[in-house]
Amino acid sequence: MNKTAEGVFFLTGKDFAKAGVASSNLKAILESMGVPPDIIRRAAIAAFEAEVNVIIYAVAGMMHYSITQEMIKIIVQDMGPGIPDIALAMTEGYSTAPDYIREMGFGSGMGLPNIKKSTDKLTVNSVVGEGTTLEFIINLNKTA
Amino acid sequence: MKLGEIKKILNAVVLSKNGDMELEIGRAYCADLMSDVLAFSITNSLLITGLTNSQVIRTADMADMNAIVFVQGKRPDLETISLAEEKNIPLLVTDFSMFGTCGRLFEKGLQGRSNRDK
Ligand SMILES: Nc1ncnc2c1ncn2[C@@H]1O[C@H](COP(=O)(O)OP(=O)(O)OP(=O)(O)O)[C@@H](O)[C@H]1O
Ligand SMILES: [Mg+2]
Repeated sequence: MNKTAEGVFFLTGKDFAKAGVASSNLKAILESMGVPPDIIRRAAIAAFEAEVNVIIYAVAGMMHYSITQEMIKIIVQDMGPGIPDIALAMTEGYSTAPDYIREMGFGSGMGLPNIKKSTDKLTVNSVVGEGTTLEFIINLNKTA
Repeated sequence: MKLGEIKKILNAVVLSKNGDMELEIGRAYCADLMSDVLAFSITNSLLITGLTNSQVIRTADMADMNAIVFVQGKRPDLETISLAEEKNIPLLVTDFSMFGTCGRLFEKGLQGRSNRDK
């Protein structure tokens, strides 16, 4: 893999029919660049969880990606209610999702913990009443 | 286990056009919570679920799962079926319950997400 790519997808709150489109497009880009499948899976899962959170909780947002030799970096930024207690939100099983979200298959409080687990570095910044920004990185040149 | 054998065991109907019955399925994971699927499922496996919205297809696609069985006769809408066709994920529907579906497949030797899970 000796290419780089960068781009952005726009996300609309409550547009559940489109939930996953951005992550799916990102997955296709990573596939076309020849990124190893296990790494693509980690990136796609993390991106999808972040995308779904924006659609569930926020008004609007965007997913910015940059892929270099060294890493996949994804920034998901939204305008929304923000997260009052990030440490609590990062706890497995903690969720404020309403019942109709749970009926759609989300809201088990596993999203943020799984983004952390699937990536090499996760930073969460949030301002209540303004929005939330997630930045996560998956290293590509691991010698592991 | 081949997808065709799974279809036979479950007396299932194939909903999508791309139902490659020769597809080799190694393991299975069952859930109605997509974040559990994203957190705990493994690649090249069968997703067994009672949920039929498009998120199920997206989830299976992101998690690199091979095929989906909907239990209890629940059928997704046409849009969801065409998304699965686009993503090349065969869809099956069985009248058995979640328990009955998993039990039958387990009995025939299909394994869970890990060896410990069997
Ligand atoms: N973008 C966001 N804006 C506002 N709140 C958020 C956002 N993302 C997460 N949260 C809060 O953090 C909680 C935990 O998020 P997480 O993704 O881990 O679980 P969930 O979305 O509730 O369920 P799951 O991801 O398992 O479907 C959410 O219930 C919500 O209260
Ligand atoms: Mg979530």
